[in-house]
Amino acid sequence: MQIELTINEKAVKWEVAFDELLADTLRSHGFLSIKTACDTSCCGLCTVWIDGKSRLSCSILSLQAHGKKITTIEGLPKEAEEFAQILSAEGAEQCGFCSPGFIMSVLAMKNELVNPSEEEIIHYLTGNLCRCTGYMGQLRAIKTFLGVA
Amino acid sequence: MFTIIDLVQPNNLDEAYQILSDKRNNTILGGCAFLKMGKKRINTGVDLTNLKLSYIQERDNFIEIGAMTSLRELETHPLLKEYYNGVLPQSVRDIIGVQFRNGVTVGASVYSKYGFSDLITALLCLDTEVELFKAGRMPLADFLTMPKAKDILVRLWIKKTLRQAIYLSFRSSASDYSVLNVAVSKLDNHWTIAVGARPSKAAIAVSASAMLSQEVLTLEEIEEIAQKASEELSFGTNQRGTATYRKALCKALVKRGIMEVLPCKSN
Amino acid sequence: MKSVGHSIRKIDGMAIATGKPVYTEDLAMDNALVVKILRSPHAYAKIRSIDLSKAESLEGVECILTYKDVPNVRFTLAGQSYPEPSPYDRLILDQIVRYVGDEVAIIAAVDEKTAQLAMKRIKVEYEVMEPVLDFEQAIGHSSIVHPEEDLSCNFEIGLNKEKNIASSYHEEVGDVEEELKRCAVVVEDVYYPQAQAHTMMETYRAFSYLDHTGRLIVVSSTQVPFHIRRQLARALQIPASKIRVIKPRIGGGFGGKQTGAGDVFAALVTLKTGKPALIIYDRKETFTCTTSRHAMRLRVKLGADQDGIIRAIDMQVLSDTGAYGEHAPTVLGCVGHYTLPLYNKTRAVRFDGHAVYTNKMPAGAFRGYGATQGTFALESIVNKLAERLKLDPTEIRLKNISKVGETFLTGQGVMLGSTSLDQCIVRGKELIGWDEKFPRREVGPNKVRAVGMAITMQGSGIANIGTASAEIRLNDDGNFTLLTGATDMGTGCDTILSQMAAEILEIPMEIIIVNAGDTDTSPYDPGSYASSTTYVAGTAVVKAAEELKSKILAQSAAFLGVSREDVELNGLAVRTLSGDQEISFAKLAELTILGTGKLQLVGYATHGSEVSPPPYVAGFAEVEVDRETGKVDLIDYVAVIDCGTVINPNLARIQAEGGIAQGIGMALYEQVRYDELGKMATNTFMQYKIPTRKDVGKVRIEFEVSYEPTGPFGAKSIGEVVANTPPPAISHAIYNAVGVRENHLPITPEKVFLGMQK
Repeated sequence: MQIELTINEKAVKWEVAFDELLADTLRSHGFLSIKTACDTSCCGLCTVWIDGKSRLSCSILSLQAHGKKITTIEGLPKEAEEFAQILSAEGAEQCGFCSPGFIMSVLAMKNELVNPSEEEIIHYLTGNLCRCTGYMGQLRAIKTFLGVA
Repeated sequence: MFTIIDLVQPNNLDEAYQILSDKRNNTILGGCAFLKMGKKRINTGVDLTNLKLSYIQERDNFIEIGAMTSLRELETHPLLKEYYNGVLPQSVRDIIGVQFRNGVTVGASVYSKYGFSDLITALLCLDTEVELFKAGRMPLADFLTMPKAKDILVRLWIKKTLRQAIYLSFRSSASDYSVLNVAVSKLDNHWTIAVGARPSKAAIAVSASAMLSQEVLTLEEIEEIAQKASEELSFGTNQRGTATYRKALCKALVKRGIMEVLPCKSN
Repeated sequence: MKSVGHSIRKIDGMAIATGKPVYTEDLAMDNALVVKILRSPHAYAKIRSIDLSKAESLEGVECILTYKDVPNVRFTLAGQSYPEPSPYDRLILDQIVRYVGDEVAIIAAVDEKTAQLAMKRIKVEYEVMEPVLDFEQAIGHSSIVHPEEDLSCNFEIGLNKEKNIASSYHEEVGDVEEELKRCAVVVEDVYYPQAQAHTMMETYRAFSYLDHTGRLIVVSSTQVPFHIRRQLARALQIPASKIRVIKPRIGGGFGGKQTGAGDVFAALVTLKTGKPALIIYDRKETFTCTTSRHAMRLRVKLGADQDGIIRAIDMQVLSDTGAYGEHAPTVLGCVGHYTLPLYNKTRAVRFDGHAVYTNKMPAGAFRGYGATQGTFALESIVNKLAERLKLDPTEIRLKNISKVGETFLTGQGVMLGSTSLDQCIVRGKELIGWDEKFPRREVGPNKVRAVGMAITMQGSGIANIGTASAEIRLNDDGNFTLLTGATDMGTGCDTILSQMAAEILEIPMEIIIVNAGDTDTSPYDPGSYASSTTYVAGTAVVKAAEELKSKILAQSAAFLGVSREDVELNGLAVRTLSGDQEISFAKLAELTILGTGKLQLVGYATHGSEVSPPPYVAGFAEVEVDRETGKVDLIDYVAVIDCGTVINPNLARIQAEGGIAQGIGMALYEQVRYDELGKMATNTFMQYKIPTRKDVGKVRIEFEVSYEPTGPFGAKSIGEVVANTPPPAISHAIYNAVGVRENHLPITPEKVFLGMQK
């Protein structure tokens, strides 16, 4: 079936199967920043924005994205690079596999929360798992990025 | 791997129900987060996106919540932070993560009657009604005990009162399913204790709730009532905990729930 | 120093952080066949028959392979230096399946759906046999996991297949029994560290194709490309020269990817069909059909004199290696190797251990590699000893730990070259607030806080076995290429190794190209494991850089017409000491490589170390325990680390924080569990909980620098040692809080609760 959607500000028409998940559709169209790691909707690696809200692209049918505005990290080169610079200066990307989804969550948080406390930051990002870093370095990077103590 | 042969996005509930009833393995799609973990073979998936059921609305006597409202909206909506001591936002905040809660719907969460549900336990301690397309409006407690029939959960109605409530869940790690969860509420002197993830679905501790309707409560009395709650409900064993442990947790959490609700002003 | 010692951003950091297509799956060709594996539903069974007819007839199915289609030569998936200590106990596909998830058939199809459908249509008849599930019952069990006659070992590892023993190890110095009798205090206990899953975010995956010369190319998310090449050559019975293994960026490994997973299946499909093939393990396969940390039972006896000087250590270990013996002998040996030398006032030590086969998923290499399990047992028993003697746990360590220049009983005379463990303990004590907090404080109704501690060591590389080679070239444009077989798996070794090269050559890192992890072009390196890269590969790089530097100086001097002693490096040039003549690297390159030069300058070195100097950690935990529920909150974790010279402080810190978090997971949350039929119950992230950012509390890292004379710039390793202290330190803190000594990991709230009821 054909769906129409906006991907990173560009209108596209894509042919998708009924049971195709958005994460797979995005990868098959070359948005290779999309990583998946759990099959059970709980690791956060595949996070994209749908109409500006962070969502698990592995847990939505591509058909349900019809008419919606999708944003991947490829669509936010400036913001993503700005944060990635801070993150990697901290060494906190380590293997990097969870970073794109994590960065999408961090940028969504920046849009949604004003001056978040440490506790609010941790709460907002709990759905992004990372096995390499132990999370401390990510927190340092976020604090630098947001300019909060 | 789940499969879907066809998918429709009907424009009204009649149509949605019609399609749903057509075949045994036609299914309503919620946010798809749980659906995709299964191996379900779905003939026609019915997506309710076009029915404008994603809203939280204040009415004269009720707060109305559309079935397609996301758990994240429940968590952040100002109205729900204000009412019932914010028990609904509290109940959903530890479910996986923001991007998960942005996708998971209230309707699917309640309709599925999952034993581990956090939301059902919290709703159960409020005056919540469920509106089903076919079966109509009924108290949540009745819905939970009703046998499963094909229907569409349209919206929730929660009576707008000054009921004060608290939600406590016990998780072995932060984003795990609850080992046990408890919601305690009070309106004037009417108390409700709901306990979920036993691991079977949430239920009200009726006798313990009734015992609470006294003016002043001593610590001993509270402990006795918490003990009562843990005795009148049944508990089971699964990967997350044994029945014995759940019973002990029930007592501890109900006690804490009562003590936290006590100082809340409901009038 | 200009490069070494600085927190330089990883050279691949921006690309991987922003989602550039640099991982295995991103690089696979679109037309690659999708490879899926039909797996055994039984823990132990013999295949009676396989009917492929309904599956093979499906359109889009390219090939289906069973045990009848594979070479009849046993091999090991363990990525170890040749000759591998792990037994050759598996076939690519075998008629006997030994655990739920063991491979039965390989399916290759044009797409995922077709492959899945074909899998459903394969009919297999099994003769189900009685499985060995409890590792404590394995020795002498009526079922024999490996009855086959052709199982073999490269050398004696104490394998006794009739008794289900994959490997045995015994080491004894002095008379332990006699020494224990002389001790004023003897404490003993039994510890059960659990199987733990690696759960790297990128699951196991590989793709393969034939190149223009018909060679097999395997692109694999592996920590050990050279070992994978050798393993494939043996398993597939083709010459290693016909195989090239390429490692792209890797989404985490933690030892898991030191064991082969899907490579051999994709490769076999490519060999059979001539077509590219891609295999991606889903998360469930990653949980259930790869490897985990070895679950163990450790009986430890410790004897000390009245002053708390430890005189005798006796350790008896039973290790569950599961269905196959990958890393069974070495992990077992490392339990003792990385614990017994911690305390060297001993007069007698004894280690006796067996690794046993069971019908469960194989165990394998996992960060810590036996040291983690051994540390949990030894440090727990030392804490028990301290309590018995009414000594502060930090004091008993300071009395007993090894000092520079000392030897230890099992160390064959090797002297300790560096340690700052004593300072680590002292500093950690300060940071956690030990003196105010030990052992416990009430902090509210039903809430108590307490502290606990542990120390640990590991090695740096494998002495006399691990060797790494490195090559550095001066390129025709005056830039440099560093060729290394070291395997960056996110840990940053491509960056760290170029930091070292840049330091020696006095050049900026930007003009060094790093080419790594390709068996066709890289000099040999065993790979990223055994905490060896910084220490072993790092030294190889330093030596290669020094050789190149020397050649640059000599050649430049010749061109400048002065003697070798009269020139020095100066930025991107060589100049005379007097400063009046200079030749740039670009000019030098031009003169040596282009036209008449005919001598490209190359530095090359192979390095192996005769010692494996230990890094150390002192770990301190503060927990809050809820007396009503048994819930344990980790409030604070302090780790003070001696890894010698810190080459890149930020990368070292992240390694440390990540290792601590994995240790926290092991202490409190994680456990690979099976049901009564041997099926894994923890096969998703919903059932197997790794710590989220809410679960790790606050982790604080500090470094107490020492200088290791045998290491590059004085460095030792850091990758593994950081995972070891949390289980014993947290367990100790919980005991100090509520008096519950829980020796079965993980320490769940229910166990604490039940412990308090006793």
